[in-house]
Amino acid sequence: MSVLGFHDVRVRYGSHTVLKDVSLEVGDGEIVGLVGESGSGKSTMARAAVGLAPVTGGRILLDGRPVPSRGRVRPVQMVFQDPYSSLDPRMTVGESIAEAMPGRLGRQARQAEIARLLTLVHLDAARAGDLPGRLSGGQRQRVALARALAARPEVILADEITSALDVSVQGAVLNLVRDMRRDLGLSMLFISHNLAVVRYVADRVAVMHNGEIVEHGPTAQVLGTPRHDYTRHLLAALPGAARRTPGDPGATPLIPISKEQT
Amino acid sequence: MRAAHLLRRPVGLAGFGLLVIVLSVAALGPLLWGDRATVVDTGNLLAGPSAEHWIGTDNLGRDLFSRVLVATRLSIVLALGATAISIVLGLVLGAAPMLAGPRLGRLVTWAVNVLVAFPGLLLVLFFAVVFGVGERGAAFAVGLAGAPSFARLCHTLIAGISERDYIAAARIAGVSRLRILRRHVLPNIAEPLIVNATMSAGGVLLSFAGLSFLGLGVQAPSYDWGKLMQDGLNGIYTNPLAALGPGFAVIVAGLAFNLTGEALAAAFGLGDVPGTARRSRIRTAAGQTLAPAVTAPAVTAPVVTAPAEGTILSVDDLRVTIPGAGNPIHAVRGVTFAVRDGEAVGVVGESGSGKSMTALAVARLLEEPIRVEAGHLAFAGEDLLAAGDSASLRKRLGTSLAVVFQDPMTSFNPVHRVGPQLAEVSRFHQGLSRKAAFARAVDRLRAVRIREPERRARQHPFEFSGGMRQRAMIGMGLMGTPRLIIADEPTTALDVTVQQQVLGLLAEVRRDTGAALLLISHDVSVVTDVCDRVLVMYAGRIVEELPARGLRTLARHPYTRALVAAVPDMETDLTRPLAVIPGLPADPAHVPAGCAFAARCPLADDRCRSVEPVLEADTAGNRVACHKAGQPFPARTEEVTA
Repeated sequence: MSVLGFHDVRVRYGSHTVLKDVSLEVGDGEIVGLVGESGSGKSTMARAAVGLAPVTGGRILLDGRPVPSRGRVRPVQMVFQDPYSSLDPRMTVGESIAEAMPGRLGRQARQAEIARLLTLVHLDAARAGDLPGRLSGGQRQRVALARALAARPEVILADEITSALDVSVQGAVLNLVRDMRRDLGLSMLFISHNLAVVRYVADRVAVMHNGEIVEHGPTAQVLGTPRHDYTRHLLAALPGAARRTPGDPGATPLIPISKEQT
Repeated sequence: MRAAHLLRRPVGLAGFGLLVIVLSVAALGPLLWGDRATVVDTGNLLAGPSAEHWIGTDNLGRDLFSRVLVATRLSIVLALGATAISIVLGLVLGAAPMLAGPRLGRLVTWAVNVLVAFPGLLLVLFFAVVFGVGERGAAFAVGLAGAPSFARLCHTLIAGISERDYIAAARIAGVSRLRILRRHVLPNIAEPLIVNATMSAGGVLLSFAGLSFLGLGVQAPSYDWGKLMQDGLNGIYTNPLAALGPGFAVIVAGLAFNLTGEALAAAFGLGDVPGTARRSRIRTAAGQTLAPAVTAPAVTAPVVTAPAEGTILSVDDLRVTIPGAGNPIHAVRGVTFAVRDGEAVGVVGESGSGKSMTALAVARLLEEPIRVEAGHLAFAGEDLLAAGDSASLRKRLGTSLAVVFQDPMTSFNPVHRVGPQLAEVSRFHQGLSRKAAFARAVDRLRAVRIREPERRARQHPFEFSGGMRQRAMIGMGLMGTPRLIIADEPTTALDVTVQQQVLGLLAEVRRDTGAALLLISHDVSVVTDVCDRVLVMYAGRIVEELPARGLRTLARHPYTRALVAAVPDMETDLTRPLAVIPGLPADPAHVPAGCAFAARCPLADDRCRSVEPVLEADTAGNRVACHKAGQPFPARTEEVTA
């Protein structure tokens, strides 16, 4: 496993700057959580690292070298949010996984590898012949993970991988993420808007706001004793009265609702 | 299955039958009638119809009917050939932006757009002159002229597929662009492409006949239908059938292609029905949130019961059934609950548990063919199902029941400004003038804390952020005096900070107006925060009802306990794996006998699998439907395969 480093990365679409010279490091065997609101640029970070977003400034390095964007060896892999759009509806689970494998394998070796990967994500190896239409959202997300693992990645970028799932399934996928880090030593950038989820899986957390990382450090520290106002604001917005701070600085002032006209 | 769909419709059957006939004539025509078509009968030059020559003879005395049949092959082959040229060229041009990168792609797209603007016939004539007369030249001309529109189609289809994450995933995995095109894109755009190709083959046939008719297409001694028409035209006043015969053949063949294409389109369209039905219904609910739709009163209505005292909403034995091709889907299977004045009741459950259907049924926003039945469905003391759909009821509902949906983008009509959409409620239900209604809309927007409401009211929904749209939606509910607010996942699409604002606003509205709230959510912590009581739904039934504060401590149903434990919060123990619910949610089309949760329940025994537990109330008024209510879980639940 290796270190993925973002160095002063800037991404612009026209006149709109989505990432403003962002630096972040995903260490060896580490899960870094990236939190923030929609539009803050979290997903763009991941997309820039795999060449899906145009990097207009700065560099993204894997172990000091640029992330390969040509050829069959792709050490940085990504798992997407929507499990219903991330698998080709006309390819079987096995075909989808096999497609991401770097080398050409013989038929038997390929089947064995597919079975190994499916078992790794706690799916029945017999599922390899199924089309995605027969799988639930949680199962699809496991297949998407297996496909990412098939490329023998050194870093995985997980972009909101549980937010489209039902809560009863979300837990299983989160457990799987933790298992894989433990067993395979995966490095991972785990993007989510859900602080509780990030708290559960991440070693370190970076908080993103308007294309900048405003706070970043060990999970317990950032979520336990936040230093930046925006982090405090995010934490205060969480449901759960016990966790709500009394004077919320970020909330808009309340205008009383007029009753005379009702 | 799709072939069966295709043939079951009259259009499909007719089109497909015609196509088979046309194609067999094309294949066998020259073999069966080839000799007859070339026999020269000098005694019968340019003869009219007779028993021997049904539509007469040509200037060499050859039988025209045989010649029309024999010409089928050349006409069809040329049409198909030209269509193939169009498709191949169209595909290449349409895929260019994806294959050749953005810069070259933009150039190609621009060129295609220019070419599409030219009239097709003009292009055909232009190319026909360029390539010279003759069948090959004509085929290229028609094929090239058809390419731009196919390129445009392919471009649009490919652009739609390219957005999909699986294309991105394949690119990240290092799959080459050509391979992505072949493996992912083409199979997924094949259906609409085939449909369009079939239909355009009919048009190409016509173009060809036209070219040959003008003398630019097939040249003697070859002949196709157009050529035959041209020859027949000279004697149109002496023997009209000589020209009309081949014309009729063109019509039949054109119809065969077009009808088959239509039928294919319809058959392919059938594939993705699930889900769309519900979605469209939500959208109709959007514009006039409060106008209830007709719900079919039950044919086999259960015993009508009376609502309890002091409730704003009382629902007894509510059943929602969605008729399907196979099994009807029992989305809600006998749900009984009440909401007291000013109370906030939450409904939690997974997708497919029937929670949204319950809300929509209560708001009377379900339409045919969905069936809604209930012992009673009483709002403010009036049975909504028994009352029918009178204007006065609609007016009362319109001002006293507010609905907030998950996706505020689809809840507003995108082409109308926000202010007038709010004002509509007061104009319809309260009879206010346009001006007064608009003033009230502005006031309500201010009430839901939208800054500069006068300016915002004149904006379109897309100019609002997600949170602002949701607040405007609540503002729409406040145009009247709501006694009940039904909110279906109102914050699911929003960020936490915006979610907090919207929930805060809802709380404030309730405090000030005394309205009750029915909050549908999958988020246990939101419901705990906002509601007084919680209904937990599973597979179309309420499995537990308890105070919201006690969701974590008082829950007795294994499903409720598992659901609460499965969601990590800011106090979750990091050293242990999260609790998970094994198995999959029950399929609403095939709900098993006994307890629907039994298959996933660690406590289930044979009784659970055969006898469905009844929802029973305890002394505190909490209800639970479980044979094993409150029993401790076994020490270690199985590893998951959800």
